[in-house]
Amino acid sequence: MLSRVAESLFWIGRYLERADGTARILDVHLQLVLEDPLIDEAVACRSLMYIMGSPVPDDAQITGEDVLTILATDRKNSSSIVYSLLSARENGRRAREIISTELWECLNTVTQHIPKRIAAERIHGFFNWVRERMAMAAGIADTTMSRDEAYQFFILGQSLERADMTARLLATRAVSEAHSPSWTTLLRSCGAYEACLRTCRGTPSTQEAAEFLLLDRLFPRSVIYSVTRALNAVRDLDPTGGRTGVSTAAQRVLGHAISNLEYLSIDEIIQNLPHRMDRIQIATSAASEAIKLSYFPSDAIPTWVGEQT
Amino acid sequence: MAAIERTYPHLMADLFAGYAEALLASELSPGSHKAAWDEMFAQPRDVTSELEARPNYSDLICAFNQMTPAELRGRTDALASSYLAQGVTFDFAGEERPFPLDAVPRIINEAEWVHVEAGIKQRVRVLEAFLADVYGPQEAIRDGVIPARVVVSSPNFLRQAMGIVSANGVRVHVAGIDLIRDEAGAWRVLEDNVRVPSGVSYVISNRQVMTQTLPELFQAMTVRGVDDYPSRLLASLRASAPDGVEDPVVVVLTPGVFNSAYYEHTLLARLMGVELVEGRDLFCSGGYVWMRTTRGPERVDVIYRRVDDDFIDPLQFRAGSVLGAPGLLTVARLGHVTLANGVGNGVADDKLVYTYMPDLIRYYLGEEPILPNVDTWRLEEPDALEEVLDRLDELVVKPVDGSGGKGLVVGSNATSDQLKKLRSTLLKNPRGWIAQPIVQLSTIPTLVADGIRPRHSDLRPFAVNGGDEVWVLPGGLTRVALPEGVLVVNSSQGGGSKDTWVLGSGSPSDHDFVDESVKRRPPSMHGQQQFSPHPDDPARYTQQMQHQQQACVEVSPSAESSALLMLGEEESC
Repeated sequence: MLSRVAESLFWIGRYLERADGTARILDVHLQLVLEDPLIDEAVACRSLMYIMGSPVPDDAQITGEDVLTILATDRKNSSSIVYSLLSARENGRRAREIISTELWECLNTVTQHIPKRIAAERIHGFFNWVRERMAMAAGIADTTMSRDEAYQFFILGQSLERADMTARLLATRAVSEAHSPSWTTLLRSCGAYEACLRTCRGTPSTQEAAEFLLLDRLFPRSVIYSVTRALNAVRDLDPTGGRTGVSTAAQRVLGHAISNLEYLSIDEIIQNLPHRMDRIQIATSAASEAIKLSYFPSDAIPTWVGEQT
Repeated sequence: MAAIERTYPHLMADLFAGYAEALLASELSPGSHKAAWDEMFAQPRDVTSELEARPNYSDLICAFNQMTPAELRGRTDALASSYLAQGVTFDFAGEERPFPLDAVPRIINEAEWVHVEAGIKQRVRVLEAFLADVYGPQEAIRDGVIPARVVVSSPNFLRQAMGIVSANGVRVHVAGIDLIRDEAGAWRVLEDNVRVPSGVSYVISNRQVMTQTLPELFQAMTVRGVDDYPSRLLASLRASAPDGVEDPVVVVLTPGVFNSAYYEHTLLARLMGVELVEGRDLFCSGGYVWMRTTRGPERVDVIYRRVDDDFIDPLQFRAGSVLGAPGLLTVARLGHVTLANGVGNGVADDKLVYTYMPDLIRYYLGEEPILPNVDTWRLEEPDALEEVLDRLDELVVKPVDGSGGKGLVVGSNATSDQLKKLRSTLLKNPRGWIAQPIVQLSTIPTLVADGIRPRHSDLRPFAVNGGDEVWVLPGGLTRVALPEGVLVVNSSQGGGSKDTWVLGSGSPSDHDFVDESVKRRPPSMHGQQQFSPHPDDPARYTQQMQHQQQACVEVSPSAESSALLMLGEEESC
């Protein structure tokens, strides 16, 4: 398939997952900030912004409302939910002849119903709506796309972003324990609470909860599950692998990240959770870069830039 | 045509209320000497006479008659919101608006369509013959049918296109021939479009959304399908592939997402099942065209390009263009890629060349034109120029190479300043313009703010040349000018559209994957071919029912019954 279109599919996967993940993270954190009078709003918001990759300068004041604007409704900020929805649609438009009409209409109608601003009492409803629409898009993609290259690029983007998002979610807990939601809330935010309860047979300890979101091989939002899924997609895209080693840089980076998670002791990981989560994010962006170089190389090729007249 | 079949007195009260008055009023409006031909109703004698439907439309009117005006509005809104969801939109002052589609279709009966279809086919054949001649032996010029100066002075006559032709000789893979119906109800050719005619996607999507939103209208009559178009186009493109290519790779080349026809490009690529490429996805190397894929370069054999000549190859035309691919024309000249439509086709749809079409039909085909032109003054003839300058306020003046109604001036609507400016423009460049009498384009009932009113319309049928034969899509794009009395229907000028119905069965199975040689067997209701019913889990279900019922019986007389019943239900869920 065309490199340009493959790139669009990769980014549709990423943006859908980013919107979903951001909605989940903001939902639990903003609820907490608004409801719990004991929490220092400024500190909680600052750490949230830091985790979401939009650090706030030390001298700047920040409120829950600011966070909502910057990370949810801002159309220009690349970390915001609305930006992700718009970008997913834009990429859908560029890959219009490859994706199904149903998926396109889903991406398109979402952007037509984006609210201009959200009242404080409506934020939960908004995040819920985003999650529902993203689940719908993922479901349509699942049931209408052939398992060809296009689908693999979509899955690859989705999996990398999901690993990144779960890593950020875990990091929010680690960065400021006092100002962050409980493990129960975190597990709930990614639909993992019941699954974790069943797995641990009872109320999970801190370690068990972290372990579940990080290392559970069966839960589809765990970091290890998502990275493994990304690795499988990369393998399917490049079936030429020989008998020794791996053939692409992306495989190497992702394999390395999996080994690190699997073979370090859980104590080591938990004691150093922010650092470990940071490594996961570095790995996902390195993989993203490697995939770009091997499959979407349009930037690297000399092209006609037009003659200025 | 003027047969009067039935009258509908009760209609005067609802859907078509005020229509007769509007028809009469338009006749009296300044600048119109004759009443426009209305597609649905005969011209009423006076306000008291009842509307007389033309026979084509009687069944449709019956179907509409079941609807209240409010319901028709509701359906119209449904059409619009469906287009909004699909992204069939255009940009209006920065806001996304659905492409306007009116709920009242245009209907063309079978006999009438046979005439139009034959005329379109003839037109495409002569356009092909003319292009083959001007970019080849130029016999028509030598024989004095068309002056050399007319051909070479056309801004779209491209010397670079000399000698570039597809393997099967086709240059006009797709043509959009604009037709109008004059005051007497006769079809005429208004202009030819053989460069990159657009609008066919709306024919396909209009039909799709109409069948979904107004299904009852289709039950009244047999309408020929339109979704054959993509497969016909693909067949034509494949047929013109370079010699020796067995399974040609076809792509659609788009200028990109910002082009106003991007929706059409995606639709055609999607329905043909081919890649939609942008200029940056292509490159020329070693005498071939390649596209950049995830598995390396892949050779491209046929490019259905929706990029204008000017932008297609920066080495030959506009050096600033990044919409095409450098070197494309060289590869085409080598015969290693087919560009569709052909480069340089614009000389054939030049509006001054248009005036020679009837003569060219006689010259190349030895036939009389089936569809007449609209009378046209050639301004480069001094007498004609003088007459036109004299009567500027009662004529339509158009640039010869314009499209989309660009630059067109309707004399009766122009201010004296505009006319003065136009006069000097014409004197300076008579070759660049033509003049035509103001033709009252036929009107069709169209839903506007006041209700259903007559609005002027034209028709763009689409033809695909497969090499062996020219195929005409049944119907085409009907465009309507939405403001009252306006004669310019182009969508870029605020025009709307209508679904166009050609009646009759046409060729069998206009659209299906069914191979005609395979006779379909009627499904058998008896014997072995029965489907089994959906499986269920009856055992568990019955068990739970019993359990629950038992609980009910045991506790029913007591006051806690409802509470326990709820508990029981919860357990069984």
